[in-house]
Amino acid sequence: MKKKALTSLAAAAAAVLALSACGGGGSADAGKGEINYWLWDANQLPAYKQCADDFHKANPDITVKVTQRGWDDYWGTLTNGFVAGTAPDVFTDHLGKYPEFIKNKQLLALDDAVKKDNIDTSVYNSGLADLWVGQDGKRYGLPKDWDTIALFYNTKLAADAGVTPEQMASLTWNPQDGGTYEKTIAHLTVDKNGKRGDEPGFDKTNVAVYGLGLNGSGSGQGQTEWSYLTGTTGWTHTDKNPWGKHYNYDDPKFQESIDWFAGLVDKGYMPKLETTVGASMADTFAAGKSVINANGSWMIGQYTGYKDIKVGIAPTPTGANGKRASMYNGLADSIYAGTKKKDAAIKWVEYLGSAACQDVVASKAVVFPAIKTSADKAVEAFKAKGVDVTPFSQQVKDGTTFLYPIADNAAKVDGIMKPAMDAVVSGKAKASSLTQANDQVNALFK
Amino acid sequence: MTTLTRNASPAEHKEQPALRRRGRSDLKIALFFIAPAMIGFIVFYLMPTLRGIYLSFTEYNILGDPTWIGTANYEAIAKDPLFWNALAVTSQYVLINIVLQTALALGLALLMHRVAKSTLIRGALLLPYLMANVIAALLWFWLLDYQIGIVNYFIEAIGLPKVAFFGSAEWAIPTQALINTWRHMGYTALLLFAGLQSIPHHVYEVANLDGASPWQTFRKITMPLLRPVLVLVLIVTVIGSFQVFDTVAVTTLGGPVNASRVLQFYIYQKAFTESDFGYGSALAVILFVILALVAFIQMKFLKGNESDLD
Repeated sequence: MKKKALTSLAAAAAAVLALSACGGGGSADAGKGEINYWLWDANQLPAYKQCADDFHKANPDITVKVTQRGWDDYWGTLTNGFVAGTAPDVFTDHLGKYPEFIKNKQLLALDDAVKKDNIDTSVYNSGLADLWVGQDGKRYGLPKDWDTIALFYNTKLAADAGVTPEQMASLTWNPQDGGTYEKTIAHLTVDKNGKRGDEPGFDKTNVAVYGLGLNGSGSGQGQTEWSYLTGTTGWTHTDKNPWGKHYNYDDPKFQESIDWFAGLVDKGYMPKLETTVGASMADTFAAGKSVINANGSWMIGQYTGYKDIKVGIAPTPTGANGKRASMYNGLADSIYAGTKKKDAAIKWVEYLGSAACQDVVASKAVVFPAIKTSADKAVEAFKAKGVDVTPFSQQVKDGTTFLYPIADNAAKVDGIMKPAMDAVVSGKAKASSLTQANDQVNALFK
Repeated sequence: MTTLTRNASPAEHKEQPALRRRGRSDLKIALFFIAPAMIGFIVFYLMPTLRGIYLSFTEYNILGDPTWIGTANYEAIAKDPLFWNALAVTSQYVLINIVLQTALALGLALLMHRVAKSTLIRGALLLPYLMANVIAALLWFWLLDYQIGIVNYFIEAIGLPKVAFFGSAEWAIPTQALINTWRHMGYTALLLFAGLQSIPHHVYEVANLDGASPWQTFRKITMPLLRPVLVLVLIVTVIGSFQVFDTVAVTTLGGPVNASRVLQFYIYQKAFTESDFGYGSALAVILFVILALVAFIQMKFLKGNESDLD
């Protein structure tokens, strides 16, 4: 029986052993042959397959094999690939992940190539290129796209409640009484007896349609959940960004905002956190169970693709400072330090970062490419499909965005903040409990 | 070989060299046949285990080299509320899972033994077990979904409030324990059924002649004689149960808050998500010790290696 128990441990340990072999090495034909490219978003796969075909036509001696893996498997498989030496030559990289890759020397610095090939990083939307410069001052990725946050809403349910698109576009918010944002959310909420959330006799325990959908607690970032609100209060996640060394979850301003957010559940305007495990917020939106969903621009295709549901897009509410706010996240393509096809990989990354490829991506109307002119083309492509995406792009034009927090220990911060934030949003703890979590988080940086 | 040597009388003494020679050649052949399993055991079990134990004394993020930090990981674990939480949550899971699963499986085994003699029905009981854990978990994840699951649809239809089977702290663990009970009880029943079949029929005949009631027969004959198999089944299922991971990994991911952050999932989170393989290894070593202890106690007190048949 001990052997049996031994097996259990060995299974875990075997994984470690199997993963600890190391790869690498160079090749004489670093500029030729097949290179592997990974991305996680299935919606973007057709665009990048076309980029790969176009690239192959221009460089017949290089073939790009594009592989898409779902987000849940992507990072684990990538890490395994680093350890085993089988990671893809080029892959789509995320700001929340790449600091750890730099620390472990898994990324190839692109500075020499950028200099040699005269890559002009000013063609990208402002700030995007700098996101990918590490603490060592080296560049580890060329920007491919960006995303911001806006409010998707069910136009029919809004019209039924007498809420006009103009009203939706001019919402205000403050952490004390929630402004017209809360009033609108309340009015859009309907209980099983048809009473609206702002009417007397509203039964908050028996809600049929929620004014605001809930995606989750948001962990430490709250990218789509609450960061568009906390961002208007002047609060920032870290002391500086990128490469902050101190988190600010203990700030009373922040905790006040989160208490307001969690309070929506208690008022019956937003579904309970426990009900969001499983079917995604977007799916329940499609089922007509919530009217407003704050979500990222990468979801435009999904929200506008639902049959029988007409979707409007409104900008996030204006805060007490008179400005809107949206987290601004950018993706980039990075090169694996252990690539055997370094020259070919560099060529491909430069092509991905060029207008030639980003215009192709723009034409598919799935995301906003990083290059300014390509992003404008994407806005046009969306318009041609009947979708007005300016609520997303306007924030970049107006400079009301703030960057996704880039810092070390991202996975550990998430490990602490996810349960802590879950507890607050599910009503088990007040936002003041985040002070303790914040102490734990900041202890990681000592 | 020892038996042979011990039994050799002084008169047969001169035969011993021959025996010893044969012994040696047997050893070679034995080693030859054992080698494949032995090599597999050493490469895939023993070495990883030793390396795992070594890593538990290091700080290691898998991409760099491990740094020796002594018992720091273990000291940190002793003070880690999430570890103690994981232990409590896992125990809760094991308790619900094992009690229900064993009781149901025993019932099914008796039915298979006495009533359902059709191979089709016996086979059908095994069907859930033929499904991969992850598939079974995902299947129930959708069936039990709060918003669009069919189970909640019926619960609401009969006028009861919907249940957040995976989303609420009270239900997260019981739900997963029930799913795995559903998946495993057929297989456990099959093992117990095999045990039941090994009980000689004449014992029952004698009991019958003595006028024992069915309940007495079950309590005084079936249970004691089934004990070795039952203990084996319990040990295997308890060990398996302690290692619950896949169901959690595809449904609640440890949540809500920490309600389903079971030990294996916490190990995975520390090692593979947070790249803290040293800490993860230390947790795994602790799980190993716990399982070895549990198996030992079960063997010792339930006398699993003795049968009342002798």
